[in-house]
Amino acid sequence: MDMLVEAGVIKQHLIDPEICIRCNTCEATCPVNAITHDDNNYVVRADVCNGCMACISPCPTGSIDNWRNMPVQRAYSIEEQLGWEELPPELSAEELEAAGVTDAGGGLDAAVQVEVEPVVTPGEAPFMSTSYGATTPPWSAAHAYTNLYAPKRPVTATVTGNFNCTEAGFENETHHVVLDFGAMPFPVLEGQSIGIVPPGIDALGKAHHPRQYSIASPRNGERPGYNNVSLTVKRVTHDHQGNAVRGIASNYVCDLKVGDTVTVVGPFGSTFLMPNHPKSNIVMICTGTGSAPMRAMTEWRRRLRKSGKFDGGKLMLFFGARTQQELPYFGPLQSLPKDFIDINLVFSRVPGQPRRYVQDAVRERAADLASLLRDADTHFYVCGLKSMEEGVLLALRDVAQEAGLPWEQLAATLKKQGRLHLETY
Amino acid sequence: MSTVNYSDKIPNNVNLSEDRTLQRALEGWQPNFVNWWDDVGPDGSTAYDVYLRTAVSVDPQGWAQFGHVKMRDYRWGIFLNPGDANREIHFGDHKGEKAWQDVPGEHRANLRRIIVTQGDTEPASVEQQRHLGLTAPSMYDLRNLYQINVEEGRHLWAMVYLLHKHFGRDGREEAEALLQRTSGDQDNPRILGAFNEKTPDWLAFFMFTYFTDRDGKFQLSALAESAFDPLARTTKFMLTEEAHHMFVGESGVSRVLARTAQVMNELKTDDAQKVRAAGAIDLGTVQRYLNFHYSVTIDLFGADQSSNAAIFYSSGLKGRYEEGKRTDDHVLKGQTYKVLEVQNGQLVEKDVPMLNALNEVLRDDFIKDSVAGVNRWNKVLEKAGIPTRLTVPHKAFNRQIGALAGIKMSPDGRVVGEAEWAAKKSEWLPTSEDFAFVASLMGRVIEPGKFAGWIAPPVMGINRQPVDFEYVRFG
Repeated sequence: MDMLVEAGVIKQHLIDPEICIRCNTCEATCPVNAITHDDNNYVVRADVCNGCMACISPCPTGSIDNWRNMPVQRAYSIEEQLGWEELPPELSAEELEAAGVTDAGGGLDAAVQVEVEPVVTPGEAPFMSTSYGATTPPWSAAHAYTNLYAPKRPVTATVTGNFNCTEAGFENETHHVVLDFGAMPFPVLEGQSIGIVPPGIDALGKAHHPRQYSIASPRNGERPGYNNVSLTVKRVTHDHQGNAVRGIASNYVCDLKVGDTVTVVGPFGSTFLMPNHPKSNIVMICTGTGSAPMRAMTEWRRRLRKSGKFDGGKLMLFFGARTQQELPYFGPLQSLPKDFIDINLVFSRVPGQPRRYVQDAVRERAADLASLLRDADTHFYVCGLKSMEEGVLLALRDVAQEAGLPWEQLAATLKKQGRLHLETY
Repeated sequence: MSTVNYSDKIPNNVNLSEDRTLQRALEGWQPNFVNWWDDVGPDGSTAYDVYLRTAVSVDPQGWAQFGHVKMRDYRWGIFLNPGDANREIHFGDHKGEKAWQDVPGEHRANLRRIIVTQGDTEPASVEQQRHLGLTAPSMYDLRNLYQINVEEGRHLWAMVYLLHKHFGRDGREEAEALLQRTSGDQDNPRILGAFNEKTPDWLAFFMFTYFTDRDGKFQLSALAESAFDPLARTTKFMLTEEAHHMFVGESGVSRVLARTAQVMNELKTDDAQKVRAAGAIDLGTVQRYLNFHYSVTIDLFGADQSSNAAIFYSSGLKGRYEEGKRTDDHVLKGQTYKVLEVQNGQLVEKDVPMLNALNEVLRDDFIKDSVAGVNRWNKVLEKAGIPTRLTVPHKAFNRQIGALAGIKMSPDGRVVGEAEWAAKKSEWLPTSEDFAFVASLMGRVIEPGKFAGWIAPPVMGINRQPVDFEYVRFG
């Protein structure tokens, strides 16, 4: 299917909950696993649906054939759709314009994961980076529980920790927040995310939508054996264009005090999951708060390594930030043994030094990455700002081709086997 | 003996044109099927061109081909979902072994019984619905009825294919017998009770397609997990068609409710007699129909404790609904499940071995799914500002099968005495007066875009056609 995105507007595929009979035909038919459901609704993942229309004629009700023009930043998330009782009305041209680039709400929150294809200039052959992302988890991943708590029946967590995990006094502070679920079941895996519902109402008088944040702690808790998770949340003070804007959810989370309670939905995500088998290698490429799932995976491997497992699997990390002071977890990262993880840090705004991005480091480590690309036990994870995705994949493509590996074939295999995962926002 | 053009007349992906044995078996069976269709298929429909969805292959484009065809010329296909040569059995004692492409000798009798029981329901519902075309509330509804009829016919073909292909002479005899039993026949009835009940009117039809075809969804889903790969793949494809049947039921009742609510609001009344006098179906009658069809349908899942269910599961013949999505050990030995029984006049839960309770597990999955849909019906009333809500009766209400059979129970779950049952039965289950009233509304409306007064038009047409599209062309 051609682009679903035009000039910053996504043609979002939605299912009418008032007509849908929840027969599962669409989910069974969809060739890219874009459709999912809970007890309430069947919904379409905006970031996975490629508009192939395979689901349209098999649907017995016609409820599947609904489309909404939405600003890319405001595409309806899965959890929003799961809570619907009817379709929201189409935005008017004025609303679209108003809601598009001038959006000052949580739509621009750093960790909101709304993934859509990049805008393409007509006439250019596009490199569709999103099309390389896997829609299945690695074969040895543990089973993920999802949507245990929908927006209509959220769960409450208590804040048990909140500290700045970047250097104090510098711009772009990022917080490491620990939430405890007490006796409420909240099983998670590394790579999953949760939704936080900010209290209060928005400018239109409606309750805030949940904002999604990747979990930064491993499956057995931020503290092993405790029913808690940690998040990596950047305080948003500027939008992507550099205009001053105060992110609603990110500031709410960053200002939480120990003992506060938070409304949580989720968990979400069933594909961006780590492999469990002892010989699997993990290549992690991230920027900023995209480090959250990487921290979770690294910490889980570290705990397992301590217990004598995973001697064979390699860990390789490419981590980018503007400066060392803004890089979350810089201190703890330094204390990890060199024979446990191969760390490559890059900074793009260090005074007096050339700007370096993660893809530069990827190219520099071509020799090691080529051997990992050849190894069927290697899994790649990319998480961070949307703008990094294409550069990283082009760099990986070059590494592969220089090593004599046919990229398209290799990429198709990685995707099919759930070994290349993209999560950018 | 008829000659059949296999590639054209019987679209299939089972290599029918190369399989002489299967061809011979079908050549024997096919004329009898056509005779059966002519004898007890949809009444008076032979000359109509009906806007039908026909499957010609298993991909989304291929199985949703729309066009006007005579039902007799509908291309009854034989389709298996695409297979996976390395598929493994994922539950029961054979878990981890390779799925069977042929019937293992030791499971032959049980598999044949499962397939015959499923197959028997398909022509049965066509027989139960054969008169409904004469009282259709609109051309749109008439088309939906006929679509269901041909798909039930195709599902019969699907089961007959399995019998012919994998069960030799026994299979051929069973396939013949499927055309000899008749719904409601005193001497040679259909195998399951609900399929011998009458479907006297369109409200009953909508309830049947909502509840009883939903039973089909759950049974087919359980069979789609089977270790016998051809059965799993056949039933998986059937599920895509079953969805339409449930749609007809769910949207049909929704439209009845929408119309009733409209009349109640116009007349500003909740008096059943006034609603009836205005030509709509009062909500009490809808609730009684619901109580009846729900209770009859949950009986279809069988006894709450069944050693057959345990054998079917352990031997890999029939899994649970969404077996692949469950996270337990898929063997279920040593686990328990709660079932209901009556002790000293009170309902109590007791733990029984999980394997023996698998009918109850499937029934509970069905109940959850059904209740969700009833809640969607309630949204129609809620939206119209009507305070009444429909509910499903208690699981033990009006049961004829299992430990709860014969217990007198109110819809809200109280064990009641014979006297109370006799006094209240007419409040809980449809009465002859209810049937007579609903029957009085059943007049035929077949002008495009026109609808009988007791039902609202649908939200949209079929295959994005307008509601006033000529769905049926009368010859």
